[in-house]
Amino acid sequence: MSDFVSEFWNWYVILIVLVSILACGAFLWSQSIHHPAGAETTDTTGHVWDETLAEYNNPLPRWWMWLFYLTVVFALVYGVLYPTFGRFQGVFGWSSANEHKKEVDSMDAKVKPLFDKYLKMDLKAVAADKEAMEMGGRLFQTYCMQCHGAAAQGSRDKGFPNLTDKDWQWGGAPEQIVETIANGRMGMMPPYGGNPDAVGGESGAKEVANYVRSLSGLSNNSELAAKGKTKYEAVCFACHGQDGKGMQALGAPNLTDKVWLYGSSEAKIVETITAGRANKMPAWKEFLGDAKIHLLSAYVLGLSTGTEKN
Amino acid sequence: MSEIQSTYNYKVVRQFAVMTVIWGIVGMLVGVIIAAQLVWPELNFGPWLSYGRLRPLHTNAVIFAFGGCALFATSYYIVQRTSHARLFAGGLAAFTFWGWQLVILLAALSLPLGFTTGKEYAELEWPIDILITVVWVSYAIVFFGTIAKRTVSHIYVANWFFGSMILTVAVLHLVNSAEIPVFAAGILTPKSYSAYAGVQDAMVQWWYGHNAVGFFLTAGFLGLMYYFVPKQAGRPVYSYRLSVVHFWALIFTYMWAGPHHLHYTALPDWTQSVGMVFSLILLAPSWGGMINGIMTLSGAWHKLRDDPILKFLITSLSFYGMSTFEGPMMSIKTVNALSHYTDWTVGHVHSGALGWVAMVTIGSMYYLLPRLFGKPEMHSVKLMTVHFWVATIGIVLYIASMWISGVMQGLMWRSGNADGTLAYSFVETVKVTYPFYAIRLVGGVLFLSGMLIMAYNMFKTMAGGSTVDAPVLVPAGHHA
Repeated sequence: MSDFVSEFWNWYVILIVLVSILACGAFLWSQSIHHPAGAETTDTTGHVWDETLAEYNNPLPRWWMWLFYLTVVFALVYGVLYPTFGRFQGVFGWSSANEHKKEVDSMDAKVKPLFDKYLKMDLKAVAADKEAMEMGGRLFQTYCMQCHGAAAQGSRDKGFPNLTDKDWQWGGAPEQIVETIANGRMGMMPPYGGNPDAVGGESGAKEVANYVRSLSGLSNNSELAAKGKTKYEAVCFACHGQDGKGMQALGAPNLTDKVWLYGSSEAKIVETITAGRANKMPAWKEFLGDAKIHLLSAYVLGLSTGTEKN
Repeated sequence: MSEIQSTYNYKVVRQFAVMTVIWGIVGMLVGVIIAAQLVWPELNFGPWLSYGRLRPLHTNAVIFAFGGCALFATSYYIVQRTSHARLFAGGLAAFTFWGWQLVILLAALSLPLGFTTGKEYAELEWPIDILITVVWVSYAIVFFGTIAKRTVSHIYVANWFFGSMILTVAVLHLVNSAEIPVFAAGILTPKSYSAYAGVQDAMVQWWYGHNAVGFFLTAGFLGLMYYFVPKQAGRPVYSYRLSVVHFWALIFTYMWAGPHHLHYTALPDWTQSVGMVFSLILLAPSWGGMINGIMTLSGAWHKLRDDPILKFLITSLSFYGMSTFEGPMMSIKTVNALSHYTDWTVGHVHSGALGWVAMVTIGSMYYLLPRLFGKPEMHSVKLMTVHFWVATIGIVLYIASMWISGVMQGLMWRSGNADGTLAYSFVETVKVTYPFYAIRLVGGVLFLSGMLIMAYNMFKTMAGGSTVDAPVLVPAGHHA
């Protein structure tokens, strides 16, 4: 407790809590001492409202009174043992942060050997290990499925890559997958490739979109595509390459395949060109540590090297 | 003392009583819709009727429209009859009715349109907050003005509870709704941001949130209980001493319990503990009301057999006792670690909201309505009994299904594999709760059906009834 700006408040909260708990007990005592709990009566207080409303003079039910006292005593005892009165930490010195740390540490120590066993193994060998893949799958279901989906198939048109196909934005070599998970990736498509004038505004973007569709054999307006080609070769080629096959070092997608992170319709491609796209894979190094990332990488590798999926 | 003051103001009571039933149906219908959306997500139509916008509409409608109208109706009725005086400032009382209806209407429009502060049970934006403040201050003037002009020396216990509710809700609303409106391009917008930040904001919010439960939904409705239970049972309140002790202890202790909504968060450990120990201390003061209500009936238990009003009232007290036991238990940190964020909380809230608040309100309205419309009793006593059973079965289905699904969620979320990973992904826990969401929907539909039966019974009772106001009674002789 060091958040208070003045010493006064430290004592204020301690006292007001303590006094308030004691006040509950004192109030109960004051109300029962002259009117002992116990025998029921049949006389009323003598006040009558609205013709019939009256009140019996019955004392407090004894069991109820003791229940009340019991909770007051519990509050005081609890406050002595656990942090309740301001900065007084309590006899046990308990804190939720410490309890959390203790649990995490003990669990980490318990599972460390399980993961360390695989850290020493080659990633491809881990990917072939049935037990390791089960553990990797559980890690995936805990940390990755929120974006990539429970079946690791990404989400169509929302920018989350499918991990079960053979397509890799940043490379599918073991060390590249480890790098992607450990340090994250920032994918950035600037609006108009950073050069709106050269693209020629929205109408130019439409031409480029038609050319891009032609690259992967999708239906397109050949007249527009031809105009788009010159624009592509002036602006887009810098990242996506002259042949449109992309550049994994930059995370620039291959435009000649059937994989579309943000959709393949003309409208969607125009949107991608005019508004740009910003994509982010968060870095997990701090949170998961090397051993779990190793296992997850093997799992992801295994997803696309196994049987052919589409 | 013997001054004759024409009649009681029943007009505003009638207006609020009828709207209690109407808003109850609306609020619970929205509840049924969002329960159905959890079973069939296809029922989310556009942003306006999506779960995220309808859920606050449901909570606001049942708490402030249904519950609020019930509190206005009964407190205006009770404070007049137990003060033996006509309602103070009749024009202002009429304003509270139309003002409160306007608040509800604005809520029903602004929430689906997406205007929200994001603070639970305080979602309404700042222009509506200001209107609420004006109406509430008027309410306080009418209520305390009537107390001031009472012709009996002692203030009846029900009025203590209403009074504490009115004062505390005013403080809660003003403090928690402190917010800064947004100017966009120099133009004042209906959007605002909280005056508090971070964990302080969370603490203020749950200090408000828990006391909305404590004062609006508990103290206020204990006011109903203290009038209608002894009236309907025809017996004196069990213990004056108990009502004094549990009243002061209840309103004092509730103030402290809010932090239990923020266990295992950024809130300091000691603050969480304070919330927990005061929630436990709250058990006895809460139960004081249940004991006083149920023991009032001792010696007249036979009346339960064929009096549906007493059935509603006594059942409401049983649910009240159950949920005020469950609440302190759930505030214990180790229990909360399991229950928090699960459907268990939803079940707990509804055992209070349906079991206690709605049941005590329904019982009280069945008592009030014939008296307000000059009839000896409701159009159909049989339909009241049908309503009672339909509602009770609905509640049991609702609570039991949420208990099971909540505990299941809590256990599944925390169970792990030998390698330290989670045993279940989130969607797996959604899958197992699915059948219980269907059962909950059935429970909700049953409860709503009960309200429709009530509305039919109410309109039949109103039909051909006279709206004559009862004369103000001269108080019985005192023995002080």
